[in-house]
Amino acid sequence: MSHHLVVRVIAKLLIPFILLFGLYVQFHGDFGPGGGFQAGVIFAAAFVLYALVYGLENARRIIPDKYIRMGTALGVLIFAGTGVAAMLLGANYLDYSVLAHDPPHGQHLGIFVVEFGVGLTVASVMVAIFFAFAGRGHKIDEMED
Amino acid sequence: MIAAHLPALQIVVPLVSAPLCVLLVKARLAYALALVVCWVAFAISVLLLGQVLDSGVISYRLGGWAPPWGIEYRIDPVNAYVLLIVAAIGALVITYAKPSVAREVGSGREALFYTSYLLCLTGLLGVTITGDAFNIFVFLEISSLSSYVLISLGQDRRALTASFRYLIFGTIGATFFLIGVGLLYQATGTLNIADMANRVAPIEGSRTVQAAFAFMAVGLAVKAALFPLHAWLPNAYAYAPSVVTAFLAATATKVSIYVLIRTYFTIFGHDFSFEVMTLGPVLMVLAIAAMLIGSTISIFQDDVKRLLAYSSVAQIGYMVLGLSFDTVLGVTGGMLHLFNHALMKGGLFLALGCVFYRTGSVNIEAMKGLGHRMPWTMAAIVAGGLSLIGVPLTVGFISKWYLLLAAIDSGMWWISIFILMASLLAIIYVWRLVEAAYLSPSPENAPAGEAPLIMLIPTWVLVLANFYFGVDTRVSVGVATRAAEFLLGAGS
Amino acid sequence: MEWPGLYNYWIVIFLMMAGLYVVMARANLIKKMVGLSVFQASVFIFYLTMGKVAGGTAPIVIPGNPVYSNPLPHVLILTAIVVGVATLAMGLALIVRINEAYGTIEEDEIDAQEHDS
Repeated sequence: MSHHLVVRVIAKLLIPFILLFGLYVQFHGDFGPGGGFQAGVIFAAAFVLYALVYGLENARRIIPDKYIRMGTALGVLIFAGTGVAAMLLGANYLDYSVLAHDPPHGQHLGIFVVEFGVGLTVASVMVAIFFAFAGRGHKIDEMED
Repeated sequence: MIAAHLPALQIVVPLVSAPLCVLLVKARLAYALALVVCWVAFAISVLLLGQVLDSGVISYRLGGWAPPWGIEYRIDPVNAYVLLIVAAIGALVITYAKPSVAREVGSGREALFYTSYLLCLTGLLGVTITGDAFNIFVFLEISSLSSYVLISLGQDRRALTASFRYLIFGTIGATFFLIGVGLLYQATGTLNIADMANRVAPIEGSRTVQAAFAFMAVGLAVKAALFPLHAWLPNAYAYAPSVVTAFLAATATKVSIYVLIRTYFTIFGHDFSFEVMTLGPVLMVLAIAAMLIGSTISIFQDDVKRLLAYSSVAQIGYMVLGLSFDTVLGVTGGMLHLFNHALMKGGLFLALGCVFYRTGSVNIEAMKGLGHRMPWTMAAIVAGGLSLIGVPLTVGFISKWYLLLAAIDSGMWWISIFILMASLLAIIYVWRLVEAAYLSPSPENAPAGEAPLIMLIPTWVLVLANFYFGVDTRVSVGVATRAAEFLLGAGS
Repeated sequence: MEWPGLYNYWIVIFLMMAGLYVVMARANLIKKMVGLSVFQASVFIFYLTMGKVAGGTAPIVIPGNPVYSNPLPHVLILTAIVVGVATLAMGLALIVRINEAYGTIEEDEIDAQEHDS
């Protein structure tokens, strides 16, 4: 798709805003609609758009498979680790109340960290699924010409 | 302090180590971690069973939210017993896994194999431990999704179609269960199983509750491969890597049967399940059909893994037969067979893994003369086969004995004829193996030599357990009886 | 009851049956996955519709004494949707591999190849 100048320019303009919107949905999730699942998908959409416009190879160079795999695992670890941290502080698994000086703040902090873990995993998994399907068989670039 | 958190740790330890396996990348490190974790999970399940038998039901509030609003992990004699089975098989199979996985899965994917294995273990343990109906669905899907991956790793290309078929069946089964849970939530307004049980009783005439029962029973029967909904099982077991077959055959269907038991006896209560919905005769007919048809089909299989897979369909029939009596004795028989079948099929499939490791095939042709070439492995297969038939001094005999007692106790002595017939059919297919292995000459240039010790030891531990629990029945029968009494006592 | 009463349940049942029918009747594996997704989607709608309270508003604390819809089924179904996505991805990944191994994704052609070999 390398010769579509308009598409390339618009994509370049859009991608930073998609990423920013993803971060907004992620970190505003504890006040309004949003959260890790939605933010992760929006964030991944930016990478998918990049790969569609600039080719899979370039996208893979930006985030190598190794990092995607790590992101997938780290997100789950952050989620589960928050629960373990609560356990170490003497409460039940995933009881965030003890994470800060009083329960409401603890709940707030806990859900914030957990949602970050969810977002990381969802974004990584979405990109991984896209790469896995796009990388099989015909290359996207070859299909175009 | 740790003792109070054991229910959570049972799930969290394998759950946390699954992503760690991804991060470790190297097969050797991932294997070491998975090995340690599986044995830790086993230790936790032993401690939990001890706690439950000493001091009764344990309830753990996840996130500190009180039931019935929060998710509760609730451990009573029934699921403590199933947890122990799953964790023990998980630990033994992972010990055995390294050489077999290296050969059958291929390098580069081993760390991910162990990740899927741990996730599958997490899912199975989670289904068993949780006291929340929706949570059961989530864990069921965790274990199913990872088992689709595990099955598709088999070398034969038919592993892919087998896995796909399992995916279709498994998803429909789990979704039916989900519909059932939804209907129950509509009728009762709760998801907590203990709370649900109290609220279902007064409204048992309601059509919603009856529909929920039907959806859950059918969905779980698919997951448990109860005849005639077993179509996914033979190929999935036959073409999965040996380690996976041994693990899934010994645990996955057992856990589904456990959920079935929970649904029948705890959520709906046996009055509703067996008197209002007249489940008994239905289950009995299906169970007997499974026993006879499964055993008959397995006689004609040349692929030994497929042969044992069809025999699993028959053995699931025995378990369900025990449940269908709706008496303490019958349920004891069913629960005992749950444990005993895990021992026999675990041992047999592990031994077949040894055969595959050395000869590269599990066809009955390839087993000719194997008794002389791999004496220890073959002896394990014969011993497991004897247990499958139900020869005295093996666990197979104990569970069939209890099923016979239950049949006579319920005044249905004619059922013993079917049990006997299925056992005779088992003799035929086990004899085919013995004949090939001991009475046929080895083909020329056949590979000889035993499998590595690390594979033989777990196999023999399981096989010897067949004999140990066949003689000393205090532990297994004792726990199964307590579980059955708990189920029927709690239901009324 | 008025004619459109509980029409949402009719939609659920229609989608459920349509999905199951497609899974069973189509030999193309991708179409089977589509059917499976429709079937799952019907369950999502079932949960969503069950949480709705007539005249209810979003469960956010506001002054007065409003009627709230039940948010719990919605949260549950978020989890089920994620499970559905994972199942879909897994199924499609298997189809890609099956296509590489057999050169077709038609079930009858795959069966034919199995019987020849």
